[in-house]
Amino acid sequence: MRPDFKSSRHPRPRSLLRIRALRAVAQRARAATTVACAVACGAALAQDGKVDPLAVGRQLLAEDNPGELWVQRGEKLFHAKRGPRQLSLEQCDFGLGPGKLTGAFARLPRYFPDTGKVQDLESRLLTCMVELQGYARADIVKGAFSTLDHDSDMEALASFVASRSNGMSMNVQLDHEKEREMYKAGEYLFHRRSGPTDFACVTCHGDEGKRIRLQELPNMTDRKQIQAVVSGWPAYRGTQSTVRTMQHRLYDCNWQMRLPDLDFASDMSIALTTYLNYSGNGAVIQAPGVRR
Amino acid sequence: MAEPMKIRATVKGDVADIRVLIAHPMETGQRRDAKGELVPQHFIQSIVVTYNGKTVYTGQWSQAVSRNPVFAVRVRGAKAGDKVSVTWVDNKGDRRTDEKTVDAA
Repeated sequence: MRPDFKSSRHPRPRSLLRIRALRAVAQRARAATTVACAVACGAALAQDGKVDPLAVGRQLLAEDNPGELWVQRGEKLFHAKRGPRQLSLEQCDFGLGPGKLTGAFARLPRYFPDTGKVQDLESRLLTCMVELQGYARADIVKGAFSTLDHDSDMEALASFVASRSNGMSMNVQLDHEKEREMYKAGEYLFHRRSGPTDFACVTCHGDEGKRIRLQELPNMTDRKQIQAVVSGWPAYRGTQSTVRTMQHRLYDCNWQMRLPDLDFASDMSIALTTYLNYSGNGAVIQAPGVRR
Repeated sequence: MAEPMKIRATVKGDVADIRVLIAHPMETGQRRDAKGELVPQHFIQSIVVTYNGKTVYTGQWSQAVSRNPVFAVRVRGAKAGDKVSVTWVDNKGDRRTDEKTVDAA
């Protein structure tokens, strides 16, 4: 299902001005980076000791992360009485009890006895919007990924709930048998080559130094690199002028591998998230992150 | 009603660094929606920053400015506790004013 492919996958890069400005800053900064950055931004130093000029821009974006606007909107939506039943999401249980948000995201995905399923952040929000507020599941799923023509409540709510775990470490537990099953399935899917291109996730994300065009790809078999990934989703994506959730990231990866569309909140997406988040345990959460 | 802005204002020495993140679609009038129809222009036309009630920045913006824009101004002779106010008006007549007290760095 890709009704408005053009506007949803490839919105015009409206943030060109921002990007151009950052590029100019990065260029100017490049001369100064060797001295200034060695002191100021240790993160800008790549492993081989060279200065990564893109890190300067990344740092600037992180300081004024537009994702904050989504957190703000998500907080309002979370407490507002909405939907056919005119209820807020304050009674939604993310695993630590109804309405307990602090640190909840750091433990997701996890097994929920009320649904009998392992759920990630987005699928749990979906459950609450359907069961508590009375929304139709299909409507929420249809609008889960925003386009330039419509906002997504899911993206705002996910940003808000995830941000309540900021500063905490990702700490996914595999206590329940179903959680272990999901982890195993995710690990299998991550390595399973399939589709017309015979790609697996690990084809692009299993070695050092791989790129798509100029985009460096993280090696997700490396603990540090997978931690850098899971610490920053949901993320504000500059190329799309919006916050995207992990569900969208996986959907897009699937599309890039020319696999059939990954359904929102499907078992496959949750299995992969379980595998990735567990592998990234210990990552300090800073959501929403900032991505290209 | 438009969403609130995010304003950060910190003073270092006697210079206040004011950074404003604005939620606005900033439509150029050139984009087409999923149905293929032009999305009308919708952008911030004027923006005013006042510092303790005194105007320190006025801007005439156009559709060339990005969606959800960020901008920054610096004010000399500042101290913690000063009041910053930012107001924008867009081409549809929507407006929003937000205020912030300057924090010590």
